[in-house]
Amino acid sequence: MALLEVEDLRVSFPVPGSGGDATSSVHAVNGVSLALESGRTLAILGESGSGKSVTAQAVMGILDEPPARVAGSVRLRGRELLTLTPKQRDRVSGEEIGMVFQDAMAALNPVYTVGEQLGELLRVRRGLSRSAARRRAVELVDRVHIPAAKDRVRDYPHQFSGGMRQRIMIALAIALEPDVLIADEPTTALDVTVQAQVMELIAEIQRDSGMALLLITHDLGVVAEVADDVAVMYAGRIVERATVQQVFAGPAHPYTEGLLASMPRIDRRDEELYAIPGAPPNPARLPAGCPFHLRCPRADDVCRATLPVLEPLPDGRASACHHRKELLHVGG
Amino acid sequence: MSVDDELVLRVDDLVRHFPVKGRLPFTSGGVVKAVDGVSFDLRRGETLGIVGESGCGKSTLARMLVGLERPTSGEVRFGDAVVHAARGRNLRALRRRIQIVLQDPYTSLNPRRTVREILLQPFEIHPDVLDRGRRLDRVKELLDLVGLDGSLHLDRYPHQFSGGQRQRIGIARALALQPDVIVCDEPVSALDVSVQAQVVNLLERLQRELGVAYVFIAHDLSVVRHISDRVAVMYLGKLVERGPERLLYDAPAHPYTKALLSAVPVPEPVGRAQRKRILLAGDPPSPVDPPSGCRFRTRCWQATETCAITEPVLAGGDRAVACHYPLAAA
Repeated sequence: MALLEVEDLRVSFPVPGSGGDATSSVHAVNGVSLALESGRTLAILGESGSGKSVTAQAVMGILDEPPARVAGSVRLRGRELLTLTPKQRDRVSGEEIGMVFQDAMAALNPVYTVGEQLGELLRVRRGLSRSAARRRAVELVDRVHIPAAKDRVRDYPHQFSGGMRQRIMIALAIALEPDVLIADEPTTALDVTVQAQVMELIAEIQRDSGMALLLITHDLGVVAEVADDVAVMYAGRIVERATVQQVFAGPAHPYTEGLLASMPRIDRRDEELYAIPGAPPNPARLPAGCPFHLRCPRADDVCRATLPVLEPLPDGRASACHHRKELLHVGG
Repeated sequence: MSVDDELVLRVDDLVRHFPVKGRLPFTSGGVVKAVDGVSFDLRRGETLGIVGESGCGKSTLARMLVGLERPTSGEVRFGDAVVHAARGRNLRALRRRIQIVLQDPYTSLNPRRTVREILLQPFEIHPDVLDRGRRLDRVKELLDLVGLDGSLHLDRYPHQFSGGQRQRIGIARALALQPDVIVCDEPVSALDVSVQAQVVNLLERLQRELGVAYVFIAHDLSVVRHISDRVAVMYLGKLVERGPERLLYDAPAHPYTKALLSAVPVPEPVGRAQRKRILLAGDPPSPVDPPSGCRFRTRCWQATETCAITEPVLAGGDRAVACHYPLAAA
């Protein structure tokens, strides 16, 4: 049994103003299944509108229901989370699942000092005394390598730089020693030198604690640097699932193949980039058949008519493409 | 013909300081030295990439190049004309020659105007460029040029387009008056990877076909490498290194360039554990009160006392580095 198991997760949002039709809704996530083991890093890779963030939010239990409708199963150590009461669910968040978001300024409370925010969490959840909570808060700020932690806990979030605020959010996320950290684009707003520091910090914490990491990102470079396993999402579905080595050595889905070819490289200069034609589809208006067929060089009549399902391949990975076998032969 | 004829833009010791309000009313909090002495040349039809992290002054630089921002000192020359000294007719003529494409195609296009109106506007501001009767045909040509259907998209509003299509409209607008220079300020940063490649390819094709020169400002080092002939690296308002694309990326001479390059994630999982990465400590210092001497010395692993006392100058020709201890070519 994996630490975190997601099975056939579906999330939809009702669309207002569509003629009062109650059945009209946008399907943001359409049957996502994932498994994450202790100490491993699983990256969910996707572009805007792919459903990667909604998937993360459904696992974290922070979607407002209603309006969101969440179906399927999310199990942590075998325990179903989707049927918990909001109060039980709140306990899981933070205690067992830590969260880090892209925008630390929005995630931190601007009117409390960093020490107060960490301290409150530790007093309420761990029952620590005021002074013990303060000591532990300093330890945590020090743990995320913020210099002069003792003094900095008295500062407000706006007094920190973007990279430092991200570290504070990580300190809050690991304060209760969760088994799983879910990080949704944790370094996207950061400069590249600061991004490298923050990813290194997360990796270091992971090595020390054995925590599992679910990393939501659009950045292929970040995936290649830190992930063990990769799930590529497109239009609310996982289109490919494999180890990071498999994905970069020879993708089993044309979308992954296109993404890799369209990315300029820092270590060499290519004459022309491959460009996937068109734009990611609007989840409210998905085409029939394979959602990628309008942009796919391999699309044929089968692709235009039939939705491919995510099927396992002999080497352990899975691909949702009618042409997956040809792809692998070409890719070696 | 002198060599200078091949230069479309000459930027000489450009400076822009912004006054900062103090903590108390009527007091001064000093100045932000956003751009603090930047010089470079731009040749006809080439792409000069400018890379740097947030707050290094690259967007202020972009705004000065097109005359949207007045420099505190220094000058931008286009041919024989000084951009910020020009007035009236001369200024309008200059503005035709130097255009800008901005990062956010959502806010740089007027949401209440159709594509037709957006693209006709440059000709209304510069009516002498083209007869009224021929303008609409030109607008359709421009749309075709950037890969949009000239007959289909004319009467749509910006919100009816995807981000990539909007950026194409922004590029069409910049091309309308046939400029010699387009300053691109983070033109693909807001786009998805798959769409980013389309826009990068489009910019390259337009350069081949039209001979326009680009100043391509971005924080993404991989995109800059792909599109640029020459690259300049900016740190806290100054250029620290400048050189041809291959030399700068394969053998960086400034420690900051080396650290910046080594921080970029490599899309290749094989061998990642052995990869050597220079992790810079902390964040860039405040441009209000930059370090004495070399501005990078507070984060540099090879800084000495000299670096705190003497400011290194950007020395060299095509390949130049502002460092007392430049790194040897690997």
